[in-house]
Amino acid sequence: MRNRLKGGQQNSAVFKGIGSILASAVFSLMLIGVAHAGNGQPSPWQIGFQEPVTVIARQIESFHDFLMIVITLVTLFVMGLLAYIILKFNEKANPVPSKTTHNTAIEVIWTIVPILILLVICIPSFRLLFAQYTFPKADLVIKATGNQWYWSYEYPDQGGMSFDQLMLRDDDNNPIGGPDGQPRVLAVDNFVVVPVNKNVELLITASDVIHNWTIPAFGVKVDAVPGRVVRAWFNADTIGTYYGQCSELCGKDHAYMPIGVKVMSEADYGTWLAKAKKEYASSEPVGKKSGDTQLAASVNASTNR
Amino acid sequence: MSTQAHAADHHDHDHKPGFVKRWLFSTNHKDIGTLYLIFAMVGGTIGGFLSMGIRAELAEPGMQIFSNPHMFNVFSTAHGLIMIFFMIMPSLFGGFGNWFVPLMIGAPDMAFPRLNNVSFWLMPPALTLLIISLFVEGPSGMNGAGVGWTVYPPHSTSGHPGPAVDFAILALHLAGASSILSSINFITTIFNMRTPGMTLHKMPLFVWSMLVTAFLLLLAMPVLAGAITMLLTDRNFGTTFFDPAGGGDPVLFQHLFWFFGHPEVYVIILPGFGIVSQVISTFSKKPVFGYLPMAYAMVAIGAVGFVVWAHHMYTAGLSLDTQAYFLAATMVIAVPTGIKIFSWIATMWGGSVRFPTPMLFAIGFIVLFTLGGVTGVVLANPGIDRAFHDTVYVVAHFHYTMSIGALFTLFSGWYYWFPKMTGYMYNETLGKIHFWMLFIGVNVTFFPQHFSGMAGMARRQADYPDALAGWNMISTIGAWISIAAMAVFFFAMALAFVRKQKAGDNPWGVGATTLEWTVSSPPAFHAFEKLPKVK
Repeated sequence: MRNRLKGGQQNSAVFKGIGSILASAVFSLMLIGVAHAGNGQPSPWQIGFQEPVTVIARQIESFHDFLMIVITLVTLFVMGLLAYIILKFNEKANPVPSKTTHNTAIEVIWTIVPILILLVICIPSFRLLFAQYTFPKADLVIKATGNQWYWSYEYPDQGGMSFDQLMLRDDDNNPIGGPDGQPRVLAVDNFVVVPVNKNVELLITASDVIHNWTIPAFGVKVDAVPGRVVRAWFNADTIGTYYGQCSELCGKDHAYMPIGVKVMSEADYGTWLAKAKKEYASSEPVGKKSGDTQLAASVNASTNR
Repeated sequence: MSTQAHAADHHDHDHKPGFVKRWLFSTNHKDIGTLYLIFAMVGGTIGGFLSMGIRAELAEPGMQIFSNPHMFNVFSTAHGLIMIFFMIMPSLFGGFGNWFVPLMIGAPDMAFPRLNNVSFWLMPPALTLLIISLFVEGPSGMNGAGVGWTVYPPHSTSGHPGPAVDFAILALHLAGASSILSSINFITTIFNMRTPGMTLHKMPLFVWSMLVTAFLLLLAMPVLAGAITMLLTDRNFGTTFFDPAGGGDPVLFQHLFWFFGHPEVYVIILPGFGIVSQVISTFSKKPVFGYLPMAYAMVAIGAVGFVVWAHHMYTAGLSLDTQAYFLAATMVIAVPTGIKIFSWIATMWGGSVRFPTPMLFAIGFIVLFTLGGVTGVVLANPGIDRAFHDTVYVVAHFHYTMSIGALFTLFSGWYYWFPKMTGYMYNETLGKIHFWMLFIGVNVTFFPQHFSGMAGMARRQADYPDALAGWNMISTIGAWISIAAMAVFFFAMALAFVRKQKAGDNPWGVGATTLEWTVSSPPAFHAFEKLPKVK
């Protein structure tokens, strides 16, 4: 086991002194005990998407399932041909090579058939693309701004309520698995909260460099570009906690600016909103509203701008 | 024809200039090719060391070897730039291109031998500048450029106030100038210096691949040069091409970069296509199946490669119509690529196939390229790219195609032409061990990245959620296997030079029909005193 160096990050490891494979085994055991195992975040040895909770994310998953069938068949076909060649046309089995260098029929077939396959792929692909860009009437608008290295959110319809979302470090208060019962690296101090089954419109931008806002379970991923506001939307239909990570290289703490969204029932959302409006009074300066002021200070200190 | 002037230039059969004159002021295509290959080995060793840094860091969650995650970004940036500009391109394009384009078309040398020398000697200063960039300030208080090989502003402008990014930009400028000059040289050579009877439609496919590659470089590199010059003036002279505060647009840079960047991935893989065609034809003892479709598939890939750039930018906020266009255009690429794969298979079909090391690497390439190609068809869809963009799934995809795929064609060409270039035979058993270890190593490294990418692991991150520990540990084990494979490779090469087992002019037998196998091994300093006749 390597020593983990602790530099400016104070990023002490969770699984100190245990082999990584053992560690992930421990982690999976731990997950069994947690109610929402694997929802809204990766699971150990996962080989598929995170559980989708929006219509779009489900459409992505089913389109991917279809593509997997196509590409698996194509791959197996090519591998099968190679295997056949190795068995049947090796030097011993076939000492005299043929002289064939052209066969118009087969050349036409291997041009036309891929075109047909691609056309078949294009149909669900265009359907998915157009679905992603068919914006329903928004029930709630949230503005997300990427900063080095945290997110700022604003609820413009709620009196301009705004707050910052910073990663919680694992030395903050916590047992195995990450701070505050949240997974390490993904844990955030303040969640974005949205009501279930409502159309949420996102307005995404950045203040310094390009970032990227994503929640894999929602099927949403949008670059946050300075000087531009890009729209996206989702309608989550399952109550729960969902995580994503900044997905555009943005500097030192690129890995440490997670995105956390809680989807709540209408009633819980109302309760949260009333409390949040008081807590996140709109006029406080950026970077000061976070619960984790120590981290905020360290982030600001290492910001270049 | 201009070739006659060269042919009339009399030299003793094997008169070679002294060391300094031969290697520093070299104008001989074979010597310059050798210099490129040695240079690529240096670049590859540095790039390989950097990739081990990346995999060691990602072996476990948390920070293992870097105290500052910025250093991880510096490693991955330098790894990408060095492997592309200082390993793959100098070896496949500069190295094998210089060595074998003149030999294969029966030309005495390249059209512009001194230009050729300049092209090579721009490369070491370029690499030096890139190495310097690792040790000067990038972001305030930190060394090196952690911008990714894509160098997106504003992270590469306001995010890196120190001179590291300037050094990296100048390194790319020099490497780009080198590529443009050697492209001019290759195009002129191929168009004007073919031996009588060597029509364009009789040229070996490797020469075709070099011709298409040279055109891609000639058209794409100036766009990169423009983009990074604008970046340079944004950084140093107060322009705001990419700064919204002054009316510029960061996304403009992405368009310019990928207008270069997408053709660039074909620059990397097309010479490999050419090599694989030669190798497969040789060891199947059959001519290439569908020669003309093979040649024009490369032309088509090159042409279409210029109109698909924004599929790298599906999440950048492009309009719906733009994304729909780039979806359709990108799909088109799969057709000529499919023609190539099937034609290689058809070349082997009915052949009398031998499987020495170069053939193993060629078949290994087909396997890897098919796996990477089908995930490319997945990623071509903007709807689904919404899930995969900037995850390690993309890392797996492009390593299977234009990184490890290109590396396999490189080794295929290396083992294929090693007897010709050196006159010595390598040890076949060690070559096969090298192949199998590398094939297993790269698959163990990159296949699990499809899974972690699907699970949501973002690329270019020094740390990741603990749940992804398993797949990442396997990936790192694969990287160690690959490094061990490279140790076998260097040992095998050293052994070949110690044993000095003579290879003969044509060690590969009846299947090796191209002109380079008609000259001695190693070829004389001036190979074609008289122009060879092609029927």
